[in-house]
Amino acid sequence: MSTTTDWAADFDILDPRYILDPASIWSQLRGVCPVAQTTRYGRTWMPVEYEVIAKIAHDVEHFSSRDIAVITPNRELDPTATIMLEAPPITSDPPVHTWARRLLLPAFGPSAIDAVTPVTRDVANGLIDGVIERGEADAASDYAQHVPVRVIAQMLGVPLDDEETFTRWAVVILQEGLTNINHAIGSVMELITYFGERAAERRAVPPGERPADLLTLLVEAEVDGEPLTDRHVIGSCFLLLLAGIDTTWSAIGSSLWHLAANPEDQARLRAEPELMTTAVEEFLRFYSPVTMARYVPEDIDFEGCPMRKGDKVLMTFPAGNRDPKMFEDADKFVIDRARNRHFAFGSGIHRCLGSNLARMELRVALEEWLRRVPTFELADPDAVVWTGGQVRGPRRLPVRW
Amino acid sequence: MAVMRVHVDQEKCQGHNRCVVLAPSLFHVDDLGTAWVIGDGRVPPGQEADARLAVDNCPEYAITITDD
Repeated sequence: MSTTTDWAADFDILDPRYILDPASIWSQLRGVCPVAQTTRYGRTWMPVEYEVIAKIAHDVEHFSSRDIAVITPNRELDPTATIMLEAPPITSDPPVHTWARRLLLPAFGPSAIDAVTPVTRDVANGLIDGVIERGEADAASDYAQHVPVRVIAQMLGVPLDDEETFTRWAVVILQEGLTNINHAIGSVMELITYFGERAAERRAVPPGERPADLLTLLVEAEVDGEPLTDRHVIGSCFLLLLAGIDTTWSAIGSSLWHLAANPEDQARLRAEPELMTTAVEEFLRFYSPVTMARYVPEDIDFEGCPMRKGDKVLMTFPAGNRDPKMFEDADKFVIDRARNRHFAFGSGIHRCLGSNLARMELRVALEEWLRRVPTFELADPDAVVWTGGQVRGPRRLPVRW
Repeated sequence: MAVMRVHVDQEKCQGHNRCVVLAPSLFHVDDLGTAWVIGDGRVPPGQEADARLAVDNCPEYAITITDD
């Protein structure tokens, strides 16, 4: 496919220029075309203004979550094709969404997340132990990448020994799957078998003797007196395991990249650790990793755009978080920004279920890194590799201290 | 003297939990993550700034302030 020259009428979120510096493209679009479009990968719309994105997020009647991938391979051939695997509640609309989400919410509330904070601190310290004497590390692949997967594996109740498999699934299904569907299908089948087996093993344990984790919660859950279907249990496991891996890994990686590349912010955060609360929210706003999507179930004219059944609308939360109508000095990183109504975790009924967990992991990963690693810098700025699409963040991040 | 009060619209709240972090003595959350004001929502002297921060950081515009 040819390289785009017209971001308003032919945007391409996989273009290396967009992956490296999306903010300058959003800024350019805001002045001329606040809802860009493309026919690459099937007809897709991309709003870049906060208010418009929030409006779509709250209009679940006209914008469905049945397909939340920013790119669905082969959609240009059949725009109404269904997705590979349902992952309730993220791919559900009301009324299923309502009960499927309520079932999981208590496990991700503030008190439940307080309980896994020490686990996260141990994971972070174990990783730092492995690199601290070296004086250098890849902050993405030696550190950020491993924090969320190890924490969620314990919450879910699946073996930590399978970490590499989980990470491979996240990469192959959620990142490479946007363009290489055949490769992704193999991993999806593997994952379905894996969680089918884990659920069966758990059901074989007598009630009362089962560990208190998310797998038990799912196999014991009942809706209207009936247990969840295997399809639902496996889909929710898929969501709980994979949704938190490359997203939080990206948030931690981007934040460490920022601190390495901006020594004045690093020095300030070390000197004033009480700034961590606003810093975490500003990292989330400025480097929002996640772009979602909605499916247009019926023709609708929206904000002057003739959207048609089968179209996709990108939920460009990272772009809304740079909207100057919403944020003062929107393209400036302000470590002590006090008024920060960012929606890095989305808004409306699909607000990220794991947002408390992700925030805690980001905070703890940064606190422990700053506590133990002396002042650090990019070892080789040209060696940093960013990935983008559904999730944006550094995948290679060599730093030294 | 005017009394400042905070209010949460539970129909709008989606459980972002920003308010609880910014003003823990004014808000609490239930098992589903929904925020509620503590007591009658009255903001004690000295906590007006925390109350305003909670308003200004809520992505759902679910929090309001009134002055009796």
